[in-house]
Amino acid sequence: MLSKNTSQPSVERGSRWLQASAIAVLLFLHIPMWLIFLYSFTTDTAAYTFPPPGLTLKWIPQALSNPEMQAALSLSIRVASLATVAALILGTLAAAAVYRSDFFGKEAISFMLLLPLALPGIVTGIAMRSAMSLISIPFSYWTIVIGHATFCVVVVYNNVLARFRRSGGSMIEASMDLGANSFQTFWHIVLPNIGTALLAGAILAFSLSFDEVIVTTFTAGQQETLPIWILGQMFKPRSRPITNVTAMLVVIITALPILLAQRITAGSSDTEGSNK
Amino acid sequence: MGESAILFKNVSRHFGEVKAVDDVTLEIHDGEFFSMLGPSGSGKTTCLRMIAGFDRPTLGQIFLYGQDVSNLPPYDRSVNTVFQDYALFPHMTVGENIAYGLMIKGLAKDQRKKQVDEMLDLVRLTGFADRKPSQLSGGQRQRVALARALVNHPKVLLLDEPLGALDLKLRQQMQVELKAIQQRVGITFIFVTHDQEEALTMSDRIAVFNLGKIEQVGSPADIYEHPQTSFVAGFVGVSNLIGGEVAKRITGAEDKFSIRPEKIHLSSMDAKADADMYSATGKVRDVVYLGLYTRYLVELDGGGDLVVVEQNLKSTSMDVMKSKGQQTRLMWKKEHISKLGG
Repeated sequence: MLSKNTSQPSVERGSRWLQASAIAVLLFLHIPMWLIFLYSFTTDTAAYTFPPPGLTLKWIPQALSNPEMQAALSLSIRVASLATVAALILGTLAAAAVYRSDFFGKEAISFMLLLPLALPGIVTGIAMRSAMSLISIPFSYWTIVIGHATFCVVVVYNNVLARFRRSGGSMIEASMDLGANSFQTFWHIVLPNIGTALLAGAILAFSLSFDEVIVTTFTAGQQETLPIWILGQMFKPRSRPITNVTAMLVVIITALPILLAQRITAGSSDTEGSNK
Repeated sequence: MGESAILFKNVSRHFGEVKAVDDVTLEIHDGEFFSMLGPSGSGKTTCLRMIAGFDRPTLGQIFLYGQDVSNLPPYDRSVNTVFQDYALFPHMTVGENIAYGLMIKGLAKDQRKKQVDEMLDLVRLTGFADRKPSQLSGGQRQRVALARALVNHPKVLLLDEPLGALDLKLRQQMQVELKAIQQRVGITFIFVTHDQEEALTMSDRIAVFNLGKIEQVGSPADIYEHPQTSFVAGFVGVSNLIGGEVAKRITGAEDKFSIRPEKIHLSSMDAKADADMYSATGKVRDVVYLGLYTRYLVELDGGGDLVVVEQNLKSTSMDVMKSKGQQTRLMWKKEHISKLGG
């Protein structure tokens, strides 16, 4: 009792320090983003003056009607969608293989699947680009999708594997025992049980693909995805507010699904690998 | 009876270097409650999984009512399993769980419902159809798993240590209930357990497994009264194992034999043994009073220890304690010993 009383003030001071520094770090991370939001509405055309001389909504329709921006947005959505679909199929199959059967090199394959997430994007990018030119695949929409799929697969794989491990193996055996073949078992038993894991994995994969820059610069041809288009716009000071509006759009498109994914898998540790 | 439900012909299952099941030949009769008893790693579960089709024999054949099923997938055999962890489908209700096999078979919904309700009555869970497995207790899940398997009217029902997760009281209650259900439906039950008491309580016959081989097959009384190997004598109940010089002094032969503690009688040194009895002398080294009975540890004069159990029919704890340190004569009927092979 006595020792608890004497140590109390220092603990409280410590936790107050901890709180303050946590808040400071969060502010440091988030203020720049809020500034972009703010400057989406400034009346300034080129410079960042603070505080903004006035507020306006006129950049939003301008940005949205910009044909280059529209093309980039459409490409990004198409790439992210296809990469996600590929990741769902490949990631689920890989997770099922690693979970259900023991085979030579299982650990190695598991490691190799995870590697693209850990590798710097620039390494993946260079590797992809040399591989693609080596077997002379022309750079196109498809090469971007392939590049993105490499790290999207990991996210789905991780989510689904974690779900498999939690749900226990004898369920599948029970289904087969009751007369269901592999397809019936997958449809009636496996899919309903990994459904939320798939959804969460898909949303994360989509977000990862949607704001990818580095791998994309190496695997894209003439086309520009939205993040790359924004990067290009940075060097044109006259259209800065339009870029800001677009950036805001990207934040919203990527943040909403992640929030959704967190809600779906709330209370579980399913979302490993979401921090690329 | 008579017709063979399951026939193992020289079945082996190897996992790499490990022979989990090693050349097992076994016949299980139609309508029998058959237990596979053994410690973990003895091969009993692997045998069960090979009957279910989750594992294939490395060598040998398995017949189900005369049909060679060694290489058939689980969904093409008329056997169903009650799993150790029940393996209920968490996203389905109790009713949907039980109806699963019927749904896969393509049975109409109203017929499914009728059969599910019958099954729920059988396992005394009437009215539970709309609950989720997560809302049930362990004992109730156990019953759902049983109903889910039985509703398909399998030729053979496999039970993989299904009572392991239940507490003692519930387990004893379920033992009685399982036996009653088996007699009602008349299906061959194959029950895997490591609990000898469970096997003795419920089974028509028991196979005792050790190190991938069957040590002995027989009725519970047979297994208990006449164990054929040291392993069976030691694994099922408590036995005194005697061999070598000590055995020679008692029976006149060096052959190893076993004698159950409750078959031995303590008498005074001057008591005379009948012609149909063996006798030995020793000193009571330890006495443990256990209420219903008393356990004595007797050090034989020629070496070796014997455990003796006597019911406290007339004696009190005061009486039995007095015998500690006394010389005593032990006697038991010749027919009660079992000569051991292995």
